[in-house]
Amino acid sequence: MSEMTEVPSPFCGVGTDDLTIRVDGLKISVVENGCAVNTPAFEQPITDTKARINGKEVELKEAIAHAASLLKNTNYPVIGGCATDVNGMRGLLALADRTGAVVDNMNFNNARKNILALQDSGWMNTTLAEVKNRCDLLLIVGVDLEGFAPRFFEKYLWNEAMFLENTSDRDIIYLGTKPSGNASTSPNGKIAHVFECANEDLPEVVTVLRALVKGQPIHAETVAGISIADLTAIAEKLKAAKYGVVTWAAGALNYSHAELTVQTISEMVKDVNQTTRCSGFPLGGKEGDQTANQVCGWTTGYAARVSFAKGYPEYDPFLFETNELLNNGEADALVWVNAFNTQANPPKTHLPTIVVARSGMTFEKEPDVFIPVGTPAIDHAGHAFRLDNVVAIRLKKLRDSNLPSTAEVLNAIEQVLREESVC
Amino acid sequence: MLIKLTGGTVYDPASGVDGKQQDIYIQNGKIIDKPTGEFLVTKEYDLKGKVVMSGAIDMHTHIGGGKGNIARTLLPEDHRQDPVASNDVCRSGCGHAMPSSFVTGYRYAEMGYTAGFEPALLPINARQAHMEMGDIPILDKGGYVMLGSDDYLLRMLTAKKDQKAINDYVAWTMQSAKAIGVKVVNPGGINAFKFNQRKLDLDEQNSHYGVTPREILRVLATAVKEIGVSHPLHVHGCNLGVPGNIETTLDTIQGIGGLPMHLTHIQFHSYGTEGDFKFSSGAAYIAEAVNKHKNITIDVGQILFGQTVTASGDNMRQHANHKHASPNKWVTMDIECDAGCGVVPFKYKDKNFVNALQWAIGLETFLLVEDPWRIFLTTDHPNGAPFTSYPHLIRLLMDRTFRNDVLSTIHPEAQKMTTLASIEREYTLQEIAIMTRAGAAKLIGLQNRGGLSAGNWADITIYTDNVDRQKMFEKPDYVFKDGEVVVIDGKVVHTKWGTTHIVKPDYDKSIEKDLKIYFDKYLTMKVDNFRMSDDEITEDGRGSLTVHDLKAVA
Repeated sequence: MSEMTEVPSPFCGVGTDDLTIRVDGLKISVVENGCAVNTPAFEQPITDTKARINGKEVELKEAIAHAASLLKNTNYPVIGGCATDVNGMRGLLALADRTGAVVDNMNFNNARKNILALQDSGWMNTTLAEVKNRCDLLLIVGVDLEGFAPRFFEKYLWNEAMFLENTSDRDIIYLGTKPSGNASTSPNGKIAHVFECANEDLPEVVTVLRALVKGQPIHAETVAGISIADLTAIAEKLKAAKYGVVTWAAGALNYSHAELTVQTISEMVKDVNQTTRCSGFPLGGKEGDQTANQVCGWTTGYAARVSFAKGYPEYDPFLFETNELLNNGEADALVWVNAFNTQANPPKTHLPTIVVARSGMTFEKEPDVFIPVGTPAIDHAGHAFRLDNVVAIRLKKLRDSNLPSTAEVLNAIEQVLREESVC
Repeated sequence: MLIKLTGGTVYDPASGVDGKQQDIYIQNGKIIDKPTGEFLVTKEYDLKGKVVMSGAIDMHTHIGGGKGNIARTLLPEDHRQDPVASNDVCRSGCGHAMPSSFVTGYRYAEMGYTAGFEPALLPINARQAHMEMGDIPILDKGGYVMLGSDDYLLRMLTAKKDQKAINDYVAWTMQSAKAIGVKVVNPGGINAFKFNQRKLDLDEQNSHYGVTPREILRVLATAVKEIGVSHPLHVHGCNLGVPGNIETTLDTIQGIGGLPMHLTHIQFHSYGTEGDFKFSSGAAYIAEAVNKHKNITIDVGQILFGQTVTASGDNMRQHANHKHASPNKWVTMDIECDAGCGVVPFKYKDKNFVNALQWAIGLETFLLVEDPWRIFLTTDHPNGAPFTSYPHLIRLLMDRTFRNDVLSTIHPEAQKMTTLASIEREYTLQEIAIMTRAGAAKLIGLQNRGGLSAGNWADITIYTDNVDRQKMFEKPDYVFKDGEVVVIDGKVVHTKWGTTHIVKPDYDKSIEKDLKIYFDKYLTMKVDNFRMSDDEITEDGRGSLTVHDLKAVA
């Protein structure tokens, strides 16, 4: 039995790295600083240790050879999931390059809301440590922040900051979704302002807020149940703050064309910066989302929804969606990669299916090949990107499970295909 | 395996060889003396009439790190103009302004380059930068770690910590980020922008810390010298792009008091305010100052006309420049109490007065600075132009007729504001070899690179002499990397992985106590998780580290 401190997590997106973890053989227990997101993700037991072909346990080598044979004569395989570490993504992209596959991160429909806004007009964003040390006003749009990251307030807001005398005085404003608990109440009892509205009313509310920031006259008295006076007060606070931060979670904006809401927020942040400082802070990046987009970014030039079918990477944020390609008959095989989450199952399909995933994944329909892999940050070392994009965390190995890494498996499949193409 | 390169005309400024017919022998990846006694040549290349240089080294190119990847994500329409398909040897990707990592390696190699150095390695983003560079094939790489707007250093200055303490912090940061040099970008300005300051002159105080850019430059230049780092402090000065910034730049040179200092992309810092448009060339003044101050080295940051994207740590200036964004979209970021970045797409136009004059200012600088060992050929890729435009730039420097032909097509008012037409100088092959090889290796402190004498690694480029220097430099006959042929006739035929060049300066371990307290209290990562370990670069079996000696400190 051993105990490890300062363990980093790839699960929560915020790159928590103060976990204390006890390792007893293969059993992992989070003994300090756990949360509802990280603790179960670390403690998930290993159940599968052997690869399977059509449900029958086989040696790893055999499973790899069979996976390669399934991919060998495909025209348009799809590699979905894409939830792994940096080396796993490197292997995944090499395999996609060799097989002419589509690469599609499973949460890309959410990331797309941010990426479309970025690619149309850009943004002014910030990172966690700047939020912690500078943020005097936090505007939370359409998300339950403590549900997203249970320790966010405790770790980043309600403790010491370099540039704020009393962090308890920070202004917290919720717009849209109300908080699920009271983590946003400061240690000295200051409570967050909450202006609730329905999720799908946010486009209207945010647009009016931006107009007010720009000093445009608004003739209505309320919008989606929120008074213009309240929105005017928020606009004034943004302009009066020294370092306001506006945060949102693309995944929580559950309506079509939510990218326009992200764009309005981002453009509003730019407007505020004409006179004072203000930054956007998109929440996301759980279980390898940011990692997938970053590695795909430097390898192909594009975020993680790319087709290699023509021999070079093509990006289309809509056409190359896994479910579309499976359902419309274009795809002819599925590779599902998820080293983090046993609940994130592959989509249902009649196509040949190879699953490279965390031990313990259960299937409604047994895939042709299932290769259980180690989890980055538990079974092997690696790297993952945090939600704020620029920070990569070093993942540690906690135990000897002998499970292969995603990279080892995907590289081995690619190697078989490469040798066959040379012969 | 013994390789012989026979009868080529060798330009090897590192050994003082200037266009002499010489044979070169390669064994185990390195250049060796002609073996004595009987020996068997495994492979011979007849290079009679060919030009032989060592592999070129780009000492300032943005090839790794967060801002480059933001630039990539921002510009799908640019990538679509230049898709790159995979083949038996190469991975697929994209090219043009901000190429994918693999294509970066291939295209550099295809121009005869065998090393590139990322000048803006943010300490907190060093992992990403090294991982991206880890996916650049063929090239050797390395980075200069960025300091000067990090709150830790500014707190040290406010607390009047002594130089030794600063030296320890700089050495610690270099080790933790795996760097070979130290860079400062808009000294203290990135930090000041977070306090809503929109400009910061050399003697202007940070509104929170009371520290000036001049102080930051002095302590960092001193630290770099005192800990024995070969590469002088790499400086992206104040007021980038601001008309009249020539005064600041001259003051920066004067004010460093003889300490070694490298001023990067100096073209962007060489602007006067004369003329009808209140924008003029300060190149002659800069060249005069550089010629006089032997402690100063520069690279140019030449602009060339066309679409590109600017990616800089200088979010203060990038924010100010966003109104020139073309296409109109841009990103800035404040980063982790450490640094920042700004990404603004640019289209430099020859019919735009300012752009045209920027082009002329860069060329004037190249041609007026006398010592090719102290000036380096860069476009500040991708900021002035993509690195793939180097052969064109070399032709502009080597061919006065061609240069003047291009000059005659730019904005007429810009033509009137430059002395370029009257400058007769044409760079020689030896001077090109100095700027892009021997000089660059010396400046960075690379041992056994950038030369062709025995003991050097066999990074070698062979060209067919051609009066059209652009054609000559864009398509080498052969490129050897560590003794292996990687390019034939301008195409990659084989790939391998280069090494990462670093230094490991010592520091007083007791500073880690205070760093731990600071990290625990203010940052979002534990200090031990922040530091990169060697195996992060080497564990995948492709990367390697090459540790270079420090200078003996008097």
